[in-house]
Amino acid sequence: MNKLLFFAGLKDIVNADQLELDMVGKTVKEVKAELAQQYSDLPLESVMTAINEEFAFDDDLIEENDVIAFIPPVSGG
Amino acid sequence: MNYRIVHEPIVVQEAIDLVISRNAGAVTTFIGTVREMTGNKKTMRLCYEAYEPMARKKLEQIGLEIKAKWQNAEVAIFHRIGELDITDIAVVIAVSTPHRNDAYEANRYAIERIKEIVPIWKKEYWEDGEEWIGNQEQTKAYPSGKPEGVDTYE
Repeated sequence: MNKLLFFAGLKDIVNADQLELDMVGKTVKEVKAELAQQYSDLPLESVMTAINEEFAFDDDLIEENDVIAFIPPVSGG
Repeated sequence: MNYRIVHEPIVVQEAIDLVISRNAGAVTTFIGTVREMTGNKKTMRLCYEAYEPMARKKLEQIGLEIKAKWQNAEVAIFHRIGELDITDIAVVIAVSTPHRNDAYEANRYAIERIKEIVPIWKKEYWEDGEEWIGNQEQTKAYPSGKPEGVDTYE
């Protein structure tokens, strides 16, 4: 099982700040594609992904208990 | 703790105190504050949100990058989140180094990196609505899923 985290504008689109879904064995890209089917408004092209608090590549594989965070363009400072 | 995500008002002197050292001959501080006017648009207030544990790690990473680039640098960075009013301090960066040029350069580096890799977002409340702010043009894409070539420090 995996925890998926959504921030800023993504939270409003998904209508939740986290989801529990089983994504084990999928790539980040596949996870994004699955989300895009369910939430067609998600601007995933401009979203970075972190696995367990480190930036991840689209071809990284999801493992059991990984926390996957979707990170829209940042605007701190 | 030199790298903090805080919910309360920032005390600049605390960041300065963390970087003062016997090796230091220069301390620079950058203080980012909430601006009222952006072009013709009037901001009423802001709300910052963070992925807190990752944001803290990324601030620390920026500190490590600075120490690798500028010898004997000391760094402290605090970013405030939650509701902020006009003129409130959102971020403070304090850097000390033996000589002044390094302190200026390293401090500039820190704020530019914050805007690239630290998961913090700003929501602007205008007179006539509200909006999550991405990059300024709202056009940035991350086709690889990562910030392009800017997260290479390990």
